[in-house]
Amino acid sequence: MWFRLRAAIIKELLCYFRDPSTRRFLSVVPIFQTMIFAFAASMDVQNIDIAVLDEDVGRWSHEMVARVDGAWFSDEILPVHNREQLHALIEQRRVILGLHIGQDFSRRIAAGEPAQVQVIVDGRRANGGQIAVSYLQQVAAEISADLVSTAAMTPESAPIASAMTPRVNLRHWFNTNLDFRQFMVVNLTATMAMMMCLMVTGLSLARERETGTFDQLLVSPLTPIEIIISKMFPGLLAGFVVSLLVLLIAITVFNAPFNGSVFALLLGLLVFVLSVVGFGLLISAFSQTQQQAVLGTFFSTIPFIITSGFMTPYENMPQWLQTIAVINPLKHYLMVVQGCIFRGQSLLQVLDNIWPLAVIGVVTFSLAVVVVRRKLA
Amino acid sequence: MNARLKALTMPLSWKRLRALVIKESLQVVRDPSTLLIAFVLPPILLFLFANAVSLDVRDVRFGLVTEDSGGAAAELAAAFSGTPYFRISHARDRRELEDAVTTGRLKGFAVIPQDFNSRLLEPAGAPSLQVITDGSEPNTATFVAGYAQGVVANWVRGSAGAQTSMAGVSIEQRFWFNPELESRQVLLPGVVAIIMTLIGTMLTALVVAREWDRGTMEAMLSTPAGILELLLSKLVPYFVLSMLATLGCAAMMVALYGMPFRGSIPALMLVSAVFMIPALGQGLLISTVARNQYAASQVAMFAGFMPAMLLSGFLYEIDTMPLWLQWLTQLVPARPFVEAIQTVFLAGDLWPQLLGNLLNMLGIGALFFGLTLSKTHKRLD
Repeated sequence: MWFRLRAAIIKELLCYFRDPSTRRFLSVVPIFQTMIFAFAASMDVQNIDIAVLDEDVGRWSHEMVARVDGAWFSDEILPVHNREQLHALIEQRRVILGLHIGQDFSRRIAAGEPAQVQVIVDGRRANGGQIAVSYLQQVAAEISADLVSTAAMTPESAPIASAMTPRVNLRHWFNTNLDFRQFMVVNLTATMAMMMCLMVTGLSLARERETGTFDQLLVSPLTPIEIIISKMFPGLLAGFVVSLLVLLIAITVFNAPFNGSVFALLLGLLVFVLSVVGFGLLISAFSQTQQQAVLGTFFSTIPFIITSGFMTPYENMPQWLQTIAVINPLKHYLMVVQGCIFRGQSLLQVLDNIWPLAVIGVVTFSLAVVVVRRKLA
Repeated sequence: MNARLKALTMPLSWKRLRALVIKESLQVVRDPSTLLIAFVLPPILLFLFANAVSLDVRDVRFGLVTEDSGGAAAELAAAFSGTPYFRISHARDRRELEDAVTTGRLKGFAVIPQDFNSRLLEPAGAPSLQVITDGSEPNTATFVAGYAQGVVANWVRGSAGAQTSMAGVSIEQRFWFNPELESRQVLLPGVVAIIMTLIGTMLTALVVAREWDRGTMEAMLSTPAGILELLLSKLVPYFVLSMLATLGCAAMMVALYGMPFRGSIPALMLVSAVFMIPALGQGLLISTVARNQYAASQVAMFAGFMPAMLLSGFLYEIDTMPLWLQWLTQLVPARPFVEAIQTVFLAGDLWPQLLGNLLNMLGIGALFFGLTLSKTHKRLD
């Protein structure tokens, strides 16, 4: 049996990795995807152009515009002369937002009254717009703070006010500068491994079926279990290679830390990839053609990615959806990856997230064995 | 070469074309996986983007260590407990909470130190409190830090009362086209772009690559049908399928998810139809270059699906990306499509902008088709 199994595994691996284009996909594509993901998927808003309608043209409106112009998030300031121009720039998506400073802005500030700047935001870009508004609020807060400190030069109330204000010492653990790219590439070690592994395994049986070699497989001396085990290997290897490749990029190019245990990460990766392989075999068993396998893979990958916490935090989902998403292997493995790379968890703490993966793996695997055996019989 | 050029410019025979289209359509309808992508995936995607993709952080598990008790420290602790954004776990010793952050159970914690009350009473001693966040999820960490600082600032304002003057600059924000600021109204039009990319690029690439894979492409080429007829017959079913999927998505978005529809249906159909030109062109190009299904599926995912998701501007702001990536987005047909379709849903038929988007898509489409034709020639000779 071991001899047969070994031969079958070697055959499967050769089948996949002999083809130069496949090898290229396993190396080049993940590198490109990692780069594009890391640079595209940013929750910051930077380099935005801002339209400004300044009806005040006074000392404080100049101050406000100059500060916005000099701020790190702005690129160009586009002065406009009336509301119509402002509206047109927003309508045509030339700018994401515009400032409207009213006539009495400087007068009100000079008089010590509250002054307002109206910000009109393109609601079609609400997510970026909200973030940009929060940056503008910081600029406004800075101006206000300067106003207070200059006004407080004379009255003796100033020291009391400052003593009343507790200082907040803020520290971000594990990723001190909140580098979003690090977060992204580290999570990609999980997501890319899943996509690659599912695709390779999903195609395995479907390809045999489409090219007509499935029948040859049936008349070979291999037992169903041996076929299943040999079909696992290309996906397993692809998942491992891609994950470690992306991890290498994360650490060398993006300076990701590695605070935890390497052994725990590898153990988690093995269990994760096994559970994904089981799922891939299920897809493959139900697919008549390669096209169906590819589409089936797609069909399941997207929900897994969306509900895993990869794109937006898992805790932001409604409670009932979080409950359902417990069956998502990617969700658990993301916790393993973050635990090992960022949070510096001990093996025992990582195991907390590995055992659900093992349960998922056992379920998908037994299902796959049952289904594939029936198809093979 | 000349013969092939002639074959390409050969007048279309409507009868042959019709027969081929019927054949291809039957193939589409009989394959359950195609229908799965066109009619089952859209409701699931819409559902997930409407419910699961959210940047609104609420109910964050946050720890609070109160080393000092009574007086102002207790007031501040009460302020933390009172916010709707935090679900607070209390502790006396910070070591209890450090472990919880390491395991990911808490997203951060604040420490009110022992000398908080006494320092508050001294004129010179500014009290400090420490806020720790779990930086391994930067988005959540930013929100947690912001809320924690907001709680402190509000508490100061509340206790300082009259001392803080109302003077200063404030921002009044107004969101056009989406006044309630619902992120799903921005995301759902993007789902249409993803679905149409899947049908137009992914399915087309797979189907044509399959012909090469199975060797039936040569068989097709030896029939009296010209290249143009063959290509058209492959594209027409997917064009129809994706238009149906778009209409279905639009109906669901408006009926189930309260999406406004301020433009017109003809504008929606026009924009979608024009988007299919680059989408189908990209699918054809991929299948011509890849020539086997595995390779075609990988390239379609990498060059079609991922850019539609990441580089089209509906999830991430394009202005923020590095310049080389911004240039790359110019080649992504989903980018002008997302801009156009968001406008049709949220703003109305703003033709100056829509026309620009349409031209953009046509340009990308011409590029893809031109590349495909040049590649096809070489292969057939």
